[in-house]
Amino acid sequence: MSAEAAVKEEIPMVHLTINNIPVEVPKGTKIMQAAQQLGIDIPHLCYHEDQKIKAHCRLCSVEVTGKRRLLAACSTECWEGMDVHTDTQIVRDTQVSILELMLANHKKDCLSCARNQNCDLQRLCTRFNIQDSPLPSVVKLEPRIETNPSIIRDPAKCIRCGRCIRACKEIQGLNCLTYAGRSSDIRVTTAYDKPMEATDCILCGQCSLVCPTGAIVEKDDTQKVLDALQNPHKHVIVQVAPAVRVSLGDGFGLKPGAIKTGQMVTALKMLGFDKVFDTNFGADLTIMEESAEFVERLTKGGVLPMMTSCSPGWVNYMEKHYGELREHLSTAKSPMQMFGAIAKTYYPQKAGIDVHDIVTVSIMPCTAKKFEAARPEMGRDGMRDVDVVLTTRELIKLIKYVGLQFTNLPESEFDSPLGFGTGAGAIFGASGGVMEAALRTAYEKVTGKTLEKLDFTDIRGFEGIKETTVSLNGKDIHIAVAHTLKNARILMEQIKKGTCQYDFIEIMACPGGCIGGGGQPKGTTNAVRKERMKALYQIDKNLPIRKSHENPDIITLYKDFLGEPLSEKAHELLHTSYHKVYRPYEK
Amino acid sequence: MTSKVSFLTQNFGKYDPHSIDSYLSIGGFRALRKAVTMDGEDIATLIAENKVKGRGGAEYDMGRKWSQARKVPGNNHIIICNADEGETTTFKDRPLIQNDPFNLIEAMIIAAYVMRATDGYIYMRAEYACFRPLLLNAIRECHRNGFLGKDILGIPGFNYEIHLYSGAGAYVCGEGTALIRSIEGKAGRPRMKPPFVKVSGAFARPTCLQNVESLSLVPHLLLDDKKVYQSYGVGDSVGTKMISVGGNVKHPGSFEIPFGTSVRDIIYGLAGGIQGDRQIRLIQFGGASGKVASADILDTPYTYQDLRAAGVMVGSGALCVVDERTSVIDFLRINQDFFSEESCGQCTPCREGNLHIKIILEKIKNGTATKRDIAVMEKIARVMSMSSLCGLGETAQNTLRSAIEVFPEVFEVGGAEA
Repeated sequence: MSAEAAVKEEIPMVHLTINNIPVEVPKGTKIMQAAQQLGIDIPHLCYHEDQKIKAHCRLCSVEVTGKRRLLAACSTECWEGMDVHTDTQIVRDTQVSILELMLANHKKDCLSCARNQNCDLQRLCTRFNIQDSPLPSVVKLEPRIETNPSIIRDPAKCIRCGRCIRACKEIQGLNCLTYAGRSSDIRVTTAYDKPMEATDCILCGQCSLVCPTGAIVEKDDTQKVLDALQNPHKHVIVQVAPAVRVSLGDGFGLKPGAIKTGQMVTALKMLGFDKVFDTNFGADLTIMEESAEFVERLTKGGVLPMMTSCSPGWVNYMEKHYGELREHLSTAKSPMQMFGAIAKTYYPQKAGIDVHDIVTVSIMPCTAKKFEAARPEMGRDGMRDVDVVLTTRELIKLIKYVGLQFTNLPESEFDSPLGFGTGAGAIFGASGGVMEAALRTAYEKVTGKTLEKLDFTDIRGFEGIKETTVSLNGKDIHIAVAHTLKNARILMEQIKKGTCQYDFIEIMACPGGCIGGGGQPKGTTNAVRKERMKALYQIDKNLPIRKSHENPDIITLYKDFLGEPLSEKAHELLHTSYHKVYRPYEK
Repeated sequence: MTSKVSFLTQNFGKYDPHSIDSYLSIGGFRALRKAVTMDGEDIATLIAENKVKGRGGAEYDMGRKWSQARKVPGNNHIIICNADEGETTTFKDRPLIQNDPFNLIEAMIIAAYVMRATDGYIYMRAEYACFRPLLLNAIRECHRNGFLGKDILGIPGFNYEIHLYSGAGAYVCGEGTALIRSIEGKAGRPRMKPPFVKVSGAFARPTCLQNVESLSLVPHLLLDDKKVYQSYGVGDSVGTKMISVGGNVKHPGSFEIPFGTSVRDIIYGLAGGIQGDRQIRLIQFGGASGKVASADILDTPYTYQDLRAAGVMVGSGALCVVDERTSVIDFLRINQDFFSEESCGQCTPCREGNLHIKIILEKIKNGTATKRDIAVMEKIARVMSMSSLCGLGETAQNTLRSAIEVFPEVFEVGGAEA
């Protein structure tokens, strides 16, 4: 809490000194934040600003005059007259020893690590000038666990900080990861050491976002893309999710929420993609189908509430945890998969390219998208609609690989015909955005009137469950929007009990929606998520067309190829089906 | 020379621990009946006047603890009796449970009265499973006779239940927060403080944790009109203390002694001296997390202050006597194995530190340790003590660090500096 906010709420201030420098903080402030106020970064690894405090790693231990032992700066509240020292001999010995102890139980294969140059442990060892541990290596060289298309675990790099455990528990409420064993045998694992995908895990990747080392990372598919780009026989096209343009800059030192659409397109073109398209186009297409589906369910008595199906983590959750309620899910594919289907049917026809020569790559803020693209129902004739999915983190790596000075790149435009998206498509990346986009279209389709006020502010923002009511031809439509599965579960339980009052529900698996996805750059905290959210609404506000059904390329696509929303062709290409997934203990 | 007293142990052998009638016949529950006529704060004061320090090892002023605990708002406090005595060579609570279970239950009811508790837990170490029937019977009998349940002794609203719980035998579950997690059905791993247990302990309710011996003392103190307890002891170490003596002594056992008895009297009097009349190599005070001394300590009086001045601590009340057959380094290795096994593994210094110190001790044993190894070992031991999350990591290297002081020659190795 800032000093001003504290004054407003009449929280008393306490006065202390840190390294003999006086500082005043609101009561309740921890030593770590008080030090930050003075520009002192107390080293830490298990501490994460969005998580409950663990105080496990002990790296933030500091000396407090009058205390027999060191105190953890992350968990100790400041008190009046406290005298803190962060740079005494015992504090330094402790910091260095703890890092040396961690290193001795770590694989230390930095050069081949996905987190090289982006690793909290490495950064701290650099800071304390630790080149190697003087201690003998005690690491158990367990093999990497690569059993699913999304997430890889490398236990030999785990420092047992517990961040991943807390992310899974506190964000998703799934508890897929846990500590097992004790003493030096303690390790982070799944129930019965099953592979992640065989547990309650839905591959959202939030664990990979908070892991301070390379112990949990996205599956790296960058080489596949580099290979495709080098193949002269391949026509490689790329689509970029709405949330990536407001997070990519983080990888190049830009401030959170920087809008870098133009530079991103230039970078992708310079990387050698034949066409750079926009997932926002796919999002507009999704709105056409999904809003039509909703209107059909509403008027013809289909299963309600209808629930959105854009978030693959959420879809996995539905299939695994509430499989019997899967009829509530919209059958509309996600924007990425709609784009993929069009890119492998309409596009080759229009561009005169053999479909077998086309490689479709998508850049997503998401690890679960890798799994979604690999689903057998997401393709035809043995061909995948989306060939490779890269996370934002992997795109950052690729841009660095080819040596582009990202921040200095000029801006350029997406290619045609699958590169034009409306403001409605842009806000798909934020929790509430899909619903808002759907309402803009559904309202006009149902009422035949022009929607005057496009901003549905009730369902914007970071609150866990948001709701609003919209009147469609005199009928009140009850809307709910939830992000994170902890919140989704609340709504699912209502549906299960039959107490759910809503007609239409949007759910995103990750906090804040895709802008907070598990494939986003490291350092994605809730504060950063909020900045990205603002940026997406800024993009929407500045666009000339803000309703999906007014996208001229979408209109052409329906006219030339699909016919009407929910047409037979649309059903074949743009809709999917779900099935109940049994977890091992359910069989 | 032998100085054994019976204050805390005054009921031993006087009644049948399976029978509440037998306990009542020797005046059982008189202390409780007296307590409920008193103000809770006065009971806390009485304990404070007798200068009772918590007998679990932390030596916290017990009267103050009760006084603080009863000031925590709420009307569903929890009393936990820590019967998890897991320190090596520590078995001084065992006879209190075995011979005088009703006194312990009575003490817990008095504690409930003082602290407005509605639930009490006895967390008994898994290895004492043989006493479960005894305690369960005592709890049942107390229930049947109106000492537990609703409106105890006819006092409206004095409702209290006692539950018996055992974990899976982890040493770390003797640590307050780990013990509480274990009771809650979670893995027995300590958590950071705050929140402090007295405010938010078991099931997030205000909790007062007290050792078996500390609690057992309360009924006797309440009835001690002649202040017999205060007639024992020296200076600030008032009264008597249960100790357990083990290792290479002729008659290992647990004894109640008045504070001030010399270590020599304990070892050569009560415990009958050293097996085969050998020489003492070292004495470890207070279990695996305690400190060691050489035979130079024999004439030191057993008090909090004198032991501290001599470089050791009362701790759990254990004395492990090691004779000349075992080398210092072998003893340290055995002690270290214990911690390398029993660390919970959550915090870095304790998890990794115990592992590396074990490796270096092996090197010393094998004659391959260098001066640098010794320096690294001392540094890790210090960092563990200073920065670990809980008391286990803090005290795990007490034995080693004190051994370095007392037996420096053991750590004089050849080999290079670096």
